[in-house]
Amino acid sequence: MKINGAQMVCEAIIAEGVKTVFGYPGGAIMNVYDEIYKQDGFEHILNRHEQASVHAADGYARATGEVGVAMVTSGPGFTNAVTGLATAYMDSIPLVVISGQVPLAFIGTDGFQEIDAVGISRPCTKHNYLVRELSDLPRILKEAFYIARSGRPGPVLVDIPKDITAEFGEFIYPTEVEIPTYKPSCKGNNRQIKKAVEAILEAKKPLLYIGGGTVLSNASVDVKEFAKITQIPAVETLMARGVMGHSNPLLLGMLGMHGNYSSNMAMSETDLVISLGARFDDRVTGKLSEFAKYAKVIHVDIDPANIGKLVDVDYPIVGDIKNVVESLIAQIKDRVDTAKYEDWRNILDNYNNLHPQSYQDSDEIIKPQWAIERIGKLVGEDAIITSDVGQHQMWAAQHYPFDRARQWINSGGLGTMGFGFPAALGAKKGCPEKTVINITGDGSILMNMQELVTASEYKIPVINLILNNNYLGMVRQWQTFFYEKRYSSTDLSYQPNFKALAESCGGIGYDVTTKEEFDNAIKDAIKQDRVAFINVSINRLENVLPMVPAGGALYNMILEHKD
Amino acid sequence: MENIRRVISVIVMNESSVLARVTALFAGRGYNINSLTVAPIPDSNFSHITISTKGDKRTIEQITKQLHKLIPVLKVTEHDEMVEKEMVLVKFSANESLADISALCGAYNGGIVNVGPDIVITMVADEPVRIKHYLEAIKRFSPVEVVRGGVVAIER
Ligand SMILES: Cc1ncc(C[n+]2csc(CCOP(=O)(O)OP(=O)(O)O)c2C)c(N)n1
Ligand SMILES: [Mg+2]
Repeated sequence: MKINGAQMVCEAIIAEGVKTVFGYPGGAIMNVYDEIYKQDGFEHILNRHEQASVHAADGYARATGEVGVAMVTSGPGFTNAVTGLATAYMDSIPLVVISGQVPLAFIGTDGFQEIDAVGISRPCTKHNYLVRELSDLPRILKEAFYIARSGRPGPVLVDIPKDITAEFGEFIYPTEVEIPTYKPSCKGNNRQIKKAVEAILEAKKPLLYIGGGTVLSNASVDVKEFAKITQIPAVETLMARGVMGHSNPLLLGMLGMHGNYSSNMAMSETDLVISLGARFDDRVTGKLSEFAKYAKVIHVDIDPANIGKLVDVDYPIVGDIKNVVESLIAQIKDRVDTAKYEDWRNILDNYNNLHPQSYQDSDEIIKPQWAIERIGKLVGEDAIITSDVGQHQMWAAQHYPFDRARQWINSGGLGTMGFGFPAALGAKKGCPEKTVINITGDGSILMNMQELVTASEYKIPVINLILNNNYLGMVRQWQTFFYEKRYSSTDLSYQPNFKALAESCGGIGYDVTTKEEFDNAIKDAIKQDRVAFINVSINRLENVLPMVPAGGALYNMILEHKD
Repeated sequence: MENIRRVISVIVMNESSVLARVTALFAGRGYNINSLTVAPIPDSNFSHITISTKGDKRTIEQITKQLHKLIPVLKVTEHDEMVEKEMVLVKFSANESLADISALCGAYNGGIVNVGPDIVITMVADEPVRIKHYLEAIKRFSPVEVVRGGVVAIER
């Protein structure tokens, strides 16, 4: 039987097992929307902005580990989606984004809503396609899903001209992918792994440096096992929060610009960095020449281009983290002497006692760190926490008791304000049994607040916890520290009525100024089947500490700031 | 780190926009292109791109790794032991001494390939260093136009 290109798109989505698609229609994609209307293999969520559709698909992917799918029209629909693609690209999140394009004959004529989508998205997708013939469409769709999820994952764009979605042809969805030029390697080289094992056995102060690749590779259990067997201490990057579990005695905390003291000191003093799916981002390393200065480096990554990109690596291992860590465990478990690293662990314990992650609580006003610890106590393991970008994001990363991988969802690489709310919608669609809380700021939340309507229409009851400091707080903090308090365009004293805003869109709002109100609001919001805004007044000038000034050495942390 | 010159061969699938992917990678990541040539490989679905570039060791390594990450790229070779040639077409006024020009081109594996009423056209093909010398040497004949073909290379 012959079907049209639009139906092929739907059939492929169903065949890939995608349950929810996020999108927004328009002229060039209308054929596909017509087929979406007729089918019942997946649900379509109409976000109120294409950026939100892509972030929602992204949140779905991060929470479930499956490929997220978003659909947009040509021209402005596509350009609105670009921030979403770039966000997913920087954090290696598997997405397939389908965009409509003007009919083939109009391409290159500056037709209405024509824009060069493959040209614009080239640097922010893992791969992209402009479909030129209907007969290519089934193969391209199959490849798109395969490329998105295999190797180092990433977003793939499929741009489909309108006449191709209208055309009829034979449809057989391929079962196999045959791309002669794309063969990602998963198993690490055994010789290299052997050498790495010897290096670990020889080291006195080894350190596990755990990155987001560990989450992507679903290797949390294996990494914990490796740490347990070897008793090697560990630090997590922003993207890896939750991998070790907060109560794990071997976990020092998060390292980097807002890492805690013992984590950053551990990295500064280690003699062997065991990097698992981390990429030595400048927000993690600080001044490169001082980073892990005394250490040899084992670098395990599925992407060979990550290895040796920024630091010299002594033991490069290209492979999937889960695979490689399994081999490491097998080869080291009968040989390791855990007592050997005991002095090292003691040194780090002392560092932790010297400057634990802490803050000054208050009886007058809610401190953001308290708020985060409190949600941790109230919902803890049961929640998925998404976040926007700013101080609130860093406090969440520092203070929330994350217990498992995929519990913490944030835009680490691109740092996209406006990510948290739509990502929360996607996470909730993917994991409906979980409480989903977006920890956000009074600046960030406004960047996708139209999603209140989406959340209400589709009854996606996520909670937005607005840590309201009446500032673009993170930028304000830099102005305090480095620009002599010239608060240029960071004062957000002019505010919407957040409670009324939520309620005008069918949600529920809470204004919170005391700890008691805070508890009541959270407990009440969890019981609601409506989207919530909890507007929490926090002290305006709280800073995120410790802080390593950009470009500084990790061991030079600002631990305290006195006015 | 010290800058080195490198010639890199990239075997790519023949499909639309694959050249754009390669050049956009260089532009986007700030890598340098001295010359770039591309042509289909006979009896195959692949094309051969030859890129001559400059950079420090880490940059060159990144170039090959990043190229390899592009989905339609089959193979990336950073040439070491290679035969390397560049072709150059030059137009001279017919008033210059044709015998001298012909002899010069002969020394660089070429000769006169076209003669018109007012101009002559020459072609040479040689190693990049020698091409540099050739381009110096022809100056005395006041060349009207010079077209360089870019480097092609084959591993020995
Ligand atoms: C789309 C976007 N624009 C600008 C920035 C730069 N930026 C980083 S943090 C920040 C302030 C965020 O303010 P808010 O959401 O209130 O969070 P706070 O830092 O106050 O907790 C800004 C403007 C960004 N990361 N993303
Ligand atoms: Mg704020």
